[in-house]
Amino acid sequence: MIGTRFYRNVRLGIKTLMLHKMRSMLTMLGMVFGVGAVIAMLAVGEGASREALDQIKRLGSQNIIINSQKPVEQAASGAMNIRMNIYGLLYDDLERIEQSYETVSRVVPAKLLRGQGRVEGRVLELRLVGTTPDWFQLVQRDLIAGRTVTQRDLDENANVVVLTEHGARRLLAGRQALGAKVLINSGYYIVVGVIKSEETQSSTMQTPDQNIDAYIPINVAIERFGDISVSRSSGSRSRELVELHQLIVQVDSIQHVESTAAAIERMLEINHPKGDFSMSVPLALLRQAEATQRTFNIVLGSIAGISLLIGGIGIMNIMLASVTERTKEIGIRRAIGAKRKQIVGQFLIETVVLSVSGGFIGIGIGMLIPWMITIFADMPTAVTMWSVLLSVVISVGIGVVFGMYPAMRAANLDPIVALRHE
Amino acid sequence: MTTMTHSNPSPTTSQSAGAALPQNEVIRLSQVWKTYRMGDQDVNALAGVDLSIERGSFWAISGSSGSGKSTMLNLLGCLDRPSKGTYLLEGRDIAQTSDDELSDIRLKYLGFVFQNFHLIPQLTVEENIALPLFYQGIEGADASNKARELAERVGLGERLGHRPTELSGGQQQRVAIARALSNDPSVLLADEPTGNLDTATGDSIMALLCELHNQGKTIMMVTHEPDISAYAQYAMVMRDGKVESISENPPHPSRGGKHA
Repeated sequence: MIGTRFYRNVRLGIKTLMLHKMRSMLTMLGMVFGVGAVIAMLAVGEGASREALDQIKRLGSQNIIINSQKPVEQAASGAMNIRMNIYGLLYDDLERIEQSYETVSRVVPAKLLRGQGRVEGRVLELRLVGTTPDWFQLVQRDLIAGRTVTQRDLDENANVVVLTEHGARRLLAGRQALGAKVLINSGYYIVVGVIKSEETQSSTMQTPDQNIDAYIPINVAIERFGDISVSRSSGSRSRELVELHQLIVQVDSIQHVESTAAAIERMLEINHPKGDFSMSVPLALLRQAEATQRTFNIVLGSIAGISLLIGGIGIMNIMLASVTERTKEIGIRRAIGAKRKQIVGQFLIETVVLSVSGGFIGIGIGMLIPWMITIFADMPTAVTMWSVLLSVVISVGIGVVFGMYPAMRAANLDPIVALRHE
Repeated sequence: MTTMTHSNPSPTTSQSAGAALPQNEVIRLSQVWKTYRMGDQDVNALAGVDLSIERGSFWAISGSSGSGKSTMLNLLGCLDRPSKGTYLLEGRDIAQTSDDELSDIRLKYLGFVFQNFHLIPQLTVEENIALPLFYQGIEGADASNKARELAERVGLGERLGHRPTELSGGQQQRVAIARALSNDPSVLLADEPTGNLDTATGDSIMALLCELHNQGKTIMMVTHEPDISAYAQYAMVMRDGKVESISENPPHPSRGGKHA
């Protein structure tokens, strides 16, 4: 009963609005663009930040990453070209971290070396990563074929290599990858597995200077390459001695990440007064990025909110005009026996119908714009559920809030005066 | 001008206002005043009116402009409340009601027919007729059947789906009458019902009102035309907010033989 009555009221409202199609459309435009702007803006903001957050998350939010870093004052002295730079993380650091902290569940060391991979005349510059089997668990990458480096490889000092998908394609050019022999610098390695390449920021472009990684057991790397590396640049040679290039520390739970990172940093600062390391905590980066994102969203949301407000005022304006125009109708209804609240209800339903249908068209446009931005401007966007819900709530709210005043004014008209109105 | 009450067809006694109405009495006004403030002067639109209306009677109210006949109709129609005095409609004191209660009384006991028809343009004929039913909570097939029945009664056969603007003035007034009848009111109030119609159409509308009167409806009609006034049983003339005279009209061919 109440259902059908409400339905009839809504139908009557729509009918009345349809009598003035042009005016209703123009009134709705404010809502359409307001809601559309909210959704589109939030989608663009969300898309941009989600990608940044994804990259950080891929580093692992339970991880602490420590890199060796060439100290600043030594990097500047390029004049002496026979000098050896000694810096970076030590094997002892690995041991100390492993043994001193209860909250550390594992530590993965990595040596990062330059190497040239050769297969039957094809040459490819590689970044050799000497590491342990745990590396593949911390840095989650899908295995495409074969296996990753195992503990047995380490025990047996096996000359095996795991390539990335991209590297395998470039180096082996369609040949059977598993079991293939690759010459890296002066030694042969057997390909035992292929993993997925790291996704880059723009997935459609392949940056040419991107690192093409090849993974070998860490003790093989130490044995074959040693700790000293020589690099040549514009005629001068420089030699470096770095024991470990990277340590990835996994902490047992997210709550302990920040305190453990602080403790490790203090310990490393004592052992490395030169400051030849850098620490990055993906979780902290994540928090920072999220905070930035929140600010961004608030700014975008305020802009969109203002346009919604203007849309609401437009609706109120038109409804006030409508009350004046329909004074006589209000008088007739009152004379017949309509109560004030029934008149309020009638006008309120009209504004709500107007703002909600405007809102729904706005949602359509708000979803269309990000889609077109993604297609034409190649920018990631993401329409979130909550932004759509928010817009629906806001458009209903605007209908009620801005419709209330005109509706009250209509209901408070003296029926005698209203009837006489021409 | 005397301040005395004028003679009524049914004998007026000095009954207290709260007393129950006799069976055949629909309306009773006792010493009703309506005062408006214009600038810093009080104007009495109604100045102590006493009146008793019998059920089933047909009244024409006339008077020059400013005589108080419009105020009288608004008051009788419960669109307004008296400043002083009591107005009993079906035994209920109108002076003591809230706005919502007044709406309910209009919805239940009263039907309006206006000079300008006052139909709602965006509704169809059927929906216009059923509007009082809508506010009474009657909808769907019930309302539709009732509207159809009423349309037939006022001589509007097959125009239920049309908009009011597609109808002639006489047809629009028939729709308005059907709407006024849809809540089966105690009193039908008509404000210059023929004022916007040509003579022939006006006569047919009056014939319809007479027919309703013959069927037992109580009708209060405001008019300034003597021809139209002649259709009614009783002619009331107002002047300066008071009832100046009440006279019984000779029988009219449209009205049938019955007389109070």
